[in-house]
Amino acid sequence: MKSNLVALAAGALFAAGLGLSGMAQPAKVQGFLDVTGQWDASLAFVMIGAIGVHAVALRLIARRKAPLFMPGFQPRPASKVIDGQLLAGAAIFGLGWGLAGYCPGPAFVAAGGVSPNALVFVGAMTVGMLVHRVLHQRTRAATTPA
Amino acid sequence: MYHFTPAPALLGGLLIGLAISLVLLTHGRAAGISGLWAGVLRPSSDRGFRIWFFAGLIGTGLLMRAFLPQAFGEGPTAPLGLTVAAGLLVGYGTRLGGGCTSGHGVCGNSRLELRSIVATVTFMLTGALAVFAWRALS
Repeated sequence: MKSNLVALAAGALFAAGLGLSGMAQPAKVQGFLDVTGQWDASLAFVMIGAIGVHAVALRLIARRKAPLFMPGFQPRPASKVIDGQLLAGAAIFGLGWGLAGYCPGPAFVAAGGVSPNALVFVGAMTVGMLVHRVLHQRTRAATTPA
Repeated sequence: MYHFTPAPALLGGLLIGLAISLVLLTHGRAAGISGLWAGVLRPSSDRGFRIWFFAGLIGTGLLMRAFLPQAFGEGPTAPLGLTVAAGLLVGYGTRLGGGCTSGHGVCGNSRLELRSIVATVTFMLTGALAVFAWRALS
Protein backbone atom coordinates (compact mmCIF):
# COMPACT_ATOMS: atom_id res chain seq x y z
CA MET A 1 0.00 0.00 0.00
CA LYS A 2 2.72 2.43 1.05
CA SER A 3 4.70 1.38 -1.99
CA ASN A 4 1.77 2.14 -4.31
CA LEU A 5 1.21 5.55 -2.73
CA VAL A 6 4.87 6.44 -3.24
CA ALA A 7 4.60 5.34 -6.88
CA LEU A 8 1.55 7.60 -7.27
CA ALA A 9 3.40 10.50 -5.62
CA ALA A 10 6.50 9.98 -7.78
CA GLY A 11 4.36 10.05 -10.93
CA ALA A 12 2.62 13.21 -9.71
CA LEU A 13 5.94 14.92 -8.88
CA PHE A 14 7.34 13.92 -12.27
CA ALA A 15 4.27 15.36 -14.02
CA ALA A 16 4.42 18.59 -12.01
CA GLY A 17 8.05 19.02 -13.05
CA LEU A 18 7.26 18.38 -16.70
CA GLY A 19 4.31 20.79 -16.61
CA LEU A 20 6.20 23.61 -14.86
CA SER A 21 9.29 23.23 -17.00
CA GLY A 22 7.61 23.72 -20.39
CA MET A 23 8.32 20.18 -21.62
CA ALA A 24 4.56 19.61 -22.18
CA GLN A 25 4.38 22.54 -24.64
CA PRO A 26 5.15 21.12 -28.10
CA ALA A 27 5.93 24.56 -29.53
CA LYS A 28 8.46 25.21 -26.78
CA VAL A 29 10.14 21.85 -27.32
CA GLN A 30 10.37 22.57 -31.04
CA GLY A 31 11.78 26.01 -30.22
CA PHE A 32 14.47 24.27 -28.16
CA LEU A 33 15.32 21.98 -31.08
CA ASP A 34 15.21 24.86 -33.58
CA VAL A 35 18.92 25.59 -33.22
CA THR A 36 19.22 27.04 -36.73
CA GLY A 37 16.20 29.36 -36.26
CA GLN A 38 14.89 31.31 -33.28
CA TRP A 39 16.50 29.08 -30.69
CA ASP A 40 14.91 28.98 -27.22
CA ALA A 41 17.53 27.38 -24.95
CA SER A 42 15.24 27.21 -21.87
CA LEU A 43 14.72 23.46 -21.89
CA ALA A 44 18.45 22.83 -21.48
CA PHE A 45 17.84 23.96 -17.89
CA VAL A 46 15.36 21.11 -17.35
CA MET A 47 18.12 18.60 -17.96
CA ILE A 48 20.61 20.61 -15.89
CA GLY A 49 18.17 20.65 -12.95
CA ALA A 50 17.14 17.01 -13.21
CA ILE A 51 20.66 15.65 -13.67
CA GLY A 52 21.99 17.99 -10.96
CA VAL A 53 19.57 16.56 -8.39
CA HIS A 54 19.74 12.94 -9.50
CA ALA A 55 23.53 12.75 -9.92
CA VAL A 56 23.95 13.74 -6.24
CA ALA A 57 20.97 11.74 -4.93
CA LEU A 58 21.95 8.48 -6.61
CA ARG A 59 25.38 8.58 -4.97
CA LEU A 60 23.75 9.00 -1.55
CA ILE A 61 21.17 6.28 -2.28
CA ALA A 62 23.94 3.91 -3.46
CA ARG A 63 25.25 3.79 0.14
CA ARG A 64 22.16 1.79 1.12
CA LYS A 65 22.18 -1.99 0.83
CA ALA A 66 18.68 -2.01 -0.62
CA PRO A 67 15.87 0.36 -1.59
CA LEU A 68 13.06 0.90 0.93
CA PHE A 69 10.42 -1.35 -0.61
CA MET A 70 12.47 -3.90 -2.57
CA PRO A 71 15.03 -6.58 -1.66
CA GLY A 72 17.68 -5.06 -3.95
CA PHE A 73 18.53 -2.47 -6.58
CA GLN A 74 17.83 -3.39 -10.20
CA PRO A 75 21.14 -3.75 -12.02
CA ARG A 76 21.86 -1.21 -14.74
CA PRO A 77 22.27 -2.56 -18.29
CA ALA A 78 25.65 -4.29 -18.41
CA SER A 79 26.37 -3.44 -22.04
CA LYS A 80 28.77 -0.60 -22.72
CA VAL A 81 28.73 -1.25 -26.46
CA ILE A 82 27.56 1.49 -28.80
CA ASP A 83 25.73 -0.63 -31.35
CA GLY A 84 23.51 0.02 -34.34
CA GLN A 85 20.33 -0.59 -32.35
CA LEU A 86 21.19 2.13 -29.84
CA LEU A 87 22.09 4.63 -32.55
CA ALA A 88 19.16 3.80 -34.84
CA GLY A 89 16.69 3.74 -31.95
CA ALA A 90 17.84 7.09 -30.56
CA ALA A 91 17.84 8.61 -34.06
CA ILE A 92 14.30 7.39 -34.80
CA PHE A 93 13.07 8.58 -31.40
CA GLY A 94 14.60 12.04 -31.99
CA LEU A 95 12.85 12.40 -35.35
CA GLY A 96 9.46 11.70 -33.77
CA TRP A 97 10.23 13.99 -30.82
CA GLY A 98 11.05 16.87 -33.17
CA LEU A 99 8.03 16.31 -35.43
CA ALA A 100 5.44 16.23 -32.63
CA GLY A 101 7.21 18.17 -29.89
CA TYR A 102 6.35 15.39 -27.43
CA CYS A 103 8.61 12.85 -25.80
CA PRO A 104 6.94 10.04 -23.79
CA GLY A 105 6.65 11.68 -20.32
CA PRO A 106 5.10 14.99 -21.40
CA ALA A 107 2.83 13.14 -23.84
CA PHE A 108 1.28 11.21 -20.92
CA VAL A 109 0.87 14.39 -18.88
CA ALA A 110 -0.79 16.21 -21.79
CA ALA A 111 -2.95 13.15 -22.55
CA GLY A 112 -4.07 13.29 -18.91
CA GLY A 113 -4.87 16.94 -19.61
CA VAL A 114 -7.12 15.73 -22.44
CA SER A 115 -5.05 17.33 -25.18
CA PRO A 116 -6.34 15.69 -28.40
CA ASN A 117 -2.91 15.63 -30.06
CA ALA A 118 -1.31 14.01 -27.03
CA LEU A 119 -4.03 11.34 -26.85
CA VAL A 120 -3.40 10.45 -30.50
CA PHE A 121 0.36 10.56 -29.91
CA VAL A 122 0.23 8.19 -26.90
CA GLY A 123 -1.94 5.75 -28.88
CA ALA A 124 0.48 5.75 -31.82
CA MET A 125 3.49 5.49 -29.49
CA THR A 126 1.96 2.42 -27.83
CA VAL A 127 1.43 0.83 -31.25
CA GLY A 128 5.06 1.63 -32.13
CA MET A 129 6.22 -0.18 -28.98
CA LEU A 130 4.08 -3.22 -29.76
CA VAL A 131 5.41 -3.29 -33.34
CA HIS A 132 8.94 -3.33 -31.92
CA ARG A 133 8.08 -6.19 -29.57
CA VAL A 134 6.58 -8.32 -32.35
CA LEU A 135 9.51 -7.69 -34.73
CA HIS A 136 12.04 -8.26 -31.98
CA GLN A 137 10.46 -11.58 -30.95
CA ARG A 138 10.42 -12.71 -34.55
CA THR A 139 14.10 -11.88 -35.03
CA ARG A 140 14.96 -13.72 -31.85
CA ALA A 141 12.91 -16.76 -32.86
CA ALA A 142 14.60 -16.79 -36.27
CA THR A 143 18.12 -16.63 -34.84
CA THR A 144 17.61 -19.08 -31.96
CA PRO A 145 18.27 -22.69 -33.04
CA ALA A 146 15.29 -24.93 -32.33
CA MET B 1 16.82 34.28 -27.71
CA TYR B 2 13.10 33.59 -28.00
CA HIS B 3 10.68 33.25 -25.01
CA PHE B 4 13.61 32.39 -22.75
CA THR B 5 12.30 30.92 -19.44
CA PRO B 6 15.25 29.38 -17.61
CA ALA B 7 13.79 29.68 -14.06
CA PRO B 8 10.63 27.52 -14.44
CA ALA B 9 12.64 25.12 -16.62
CA LEU B 10 15.25 24.71 -13.87
CA LEU B 11 12.59 24.36 -11.16
CA GLY B 12 10.71 21.78 -13.22
CA GLY B 13 13.98 19.94 -13.81
CA LEU B 14 14.66 19.83 -10.05
CA LEU B 15 11.22 18.26 -9.46
CA ILE B 16 11.84 15.67 -12.20
CA GLY B 17 15.21 14.86 -10.60
CA LEU B 18 13.48 14.44 -7.21
CA ALA B 19 10.80 12.16 -8.69
CA ILE B 20 13.42 9.95 -10.35
CA SER B 21 15.47 9.85 -7.13
CA LEU B 22 12.38 8.93 -5.10
CA VAL B 23 11.77 5.95 -7.40
CA LEU B 24 15.38 4.83 -7.01
CA LEU B 25 15.31 5.20 -3.22
CA THR B 26 12.04 3.32 -2.75
CA HIS B 27 11.86 0.87 -5.67
CA GLY B 28 15.52 0.60 -6.66
CA ARG B 29 14.95 1.18 -10.34
CA ALA B 30 15.43 3.74 -13.08
CA ALA B 31 12.35 5.80 -13.90
CA GLY B 32 12.50 5.91 -17.68
CA ILE B 33 9.00 6.64 -18.96
CA SER B 34 9.19 4.63 -22.20
CA GLY B 35 10.57 1.56 -20.40
CA LEU B 36 7.99 1.81 -17.61
CA TRP B 37 5.15 2.04 -20.14
CA ALA B 38 6.46 -0.91 -22.17
CA GLY B 39 6.25 -2.91 -18.92
CA VAL B 40 2.61 -1.94 -18.44
CA LEU B 41 1.85 -3.44 -21.84
CA ARG B 42 3.15 -6.90 -20.88
CA PRO B 43 2.86 -9.01 -17.75
CA SER B 44 5.64 -7.92 -15.38
CA SER B 45 6.26 -8.54 -11.68
CA ASP B 46 6.19 -4.82 -10.85
CA ARG B 47 3.16 -3.95 -12.94
CA GLY B 48 1.39 -2.56 -9.85
CA PHE B 49 4.14 -0.04 -9.28
CA ARG B 50 4.05 0.99 -12.94
CA ILE B 51 0.28 1.43 -13.02
CA TRP B 52 0.29 3.59 -9.87
CA PHE B 53 3.14 5.67 -11.26
CA PHE B 54 1.21 6.33 -14.48
CA ALA B 55 -1.92 7.11 -12.47
CA GLY B 56 0.06 9.88 -10.76
CA LEU B 57 1.55 11.10 -14.03
CA ILE B 58 -1.74 11.15 -15.96
CA GLY B 59 -3.91 12.29 -13.04
CA THR B 60 -1.64 15.27 -12.43
CA GLY B 61 -2.03 16.14 -16.11
CA LEU B 62 -5.79 16.32 -15.58
CA LEU B 63 -5.33 18.52 -12.48
CA MET B 64 -3.02 20.80 -14.44
CA ARG B 65 -5.63 21.19 -17.16
CA ALA B 66 -7.88 22.67 -14.43
CA PHE B 67 -5.33 24.73 -12.49
CA LEU B 68 -2.35 25.38 -14.80
CA PRO B 69 -3.64 25.13 -18.39
CA GLN B 70 -0.71 27.17 -19.69
CA ALA B 71 1.45 24.09 -18.95
CA PHE B 72 0.12 22.63 -22.23
CA GLY B 73 0.58 25.80 -24.28
CA GLU B 74 -1.06 24.43 -27.37
CA GLY B 75 -0.70 26.40 -30.53
CA PRO B 76 -2.40 25.40 -33.74
CA THR B 77 -3.22 21.69 -33.75
CA ALA B 78 -0.63 19.64 -35.61
CA PRO B 79 -1.91 17.59 -38.57
CA LEU B 80 -3.27 14.21 -37.47
CA GLY B 81 -1.05 12.21 -39.83
CA LEU B 82 2.06 13.95 -38.53
CA THR B 83 1.12 13.22 -34.91
CA VAL B 84 0.47 9.54 -35.69
CA ALA B 85 3.77 9.20 -37.58
CA ALA B 86 5.68 10.94 -34.78
CA GLY B 87 4.09 8.71 -32.13
CA LEU B 88 4.97 5.55 -34.06
CA LEU B 89 8.59 6.73 -34.42
CA VAL B 90 8.86 7.58 -30.72
CA GLY B 91 7.35 4.25 -29.62
CA TYR B 92 9.49 2.12 -31.93
CA GLY B 93 12.66 4.19 -31.49
CA THR B 94 12.60 4.29 -27.69
CA ARG B 95 12.26 0.50 -27.48
CA LEU B 96 14.99 -0.11 -30.07
CA GLY B 97 17.32 2.39 -28.39
CA GLY B 98 16.37 1.33 -24.85
CA GLY B 99 15.25 4.69 -23.49
CA CYS B 100 14.03 8.22 -23.99
CA THR B 101 14.63 11.67 -22.50
CA SER B 102 14.13 10.31 -18.97
CA GLY B 103 15.82 6.88 -19.11
CA HIS B 104 18.85 7.94 -21.14
CA GLY B 105 18.60 11.72 -20.76
CA VAL B 106 18.34 11.88 -16.95
CA CYS B 107 18.94 8.43 -15.39
CA GLY B 108 21.79 7.25 -17.64
CA ASN B 109 23.47 10.63 -18.03
CA SER B 110 23.44 11.14 -14.25
CA ARG B 111 25.56 7.97 -14.05
CA LEU B 112 27.77 9.12 -16.93
CA GLU B 113 26.89 5.96 -18.88
CA LEU B 114 28.45 6.13 -22.32
CA ARG B 115 25.45 4.55 -24.08
CA SER B 116 23.12 7.16 -22.62
CA ILE B 117 25.42 10.05 -23.50
CA VAL B 118 25.66 8.81 -27.11
CA ALA B 119 21.87 8.24 -27.27
CA THR B 120 21.18 11.74 -25.92
CA VAL B 121 23.48 13.44 -28.43
CA THR B 122 21.88 11.36 -31.21
CA PHE B 123 18.24 12.14 -30.39
CA MET B 124 19.03 15.82 -29.87
CA LEU B 125 20.67 15.93 -33.31
CA THR B 126 17.86 14.13 -35.15
CA GLY B 127 15.26 16.15 -33.20
CA ALA B 128 16.89 19.35 -34.44
CA LEU B 129 17.05 17.85 -37.93
CA ALA B 130 13.33 17.02 -37.87
CA VAL B 131 12.40 20.57 -36.79
CA PHE B 132 14.71 22.05 -39.42
CA ALA B 133 13.29 19.84 -42.18
CA TRP B 134 9.68 20.46 -41.14
CA ARG B 135 10.20 24.25 -41.03
CA ALA B 136 11.94 24.19 -44.38
CA LEU B 137 9.08 22.23 -45.98
CA SER B 138 6.17 24.15 -44.45
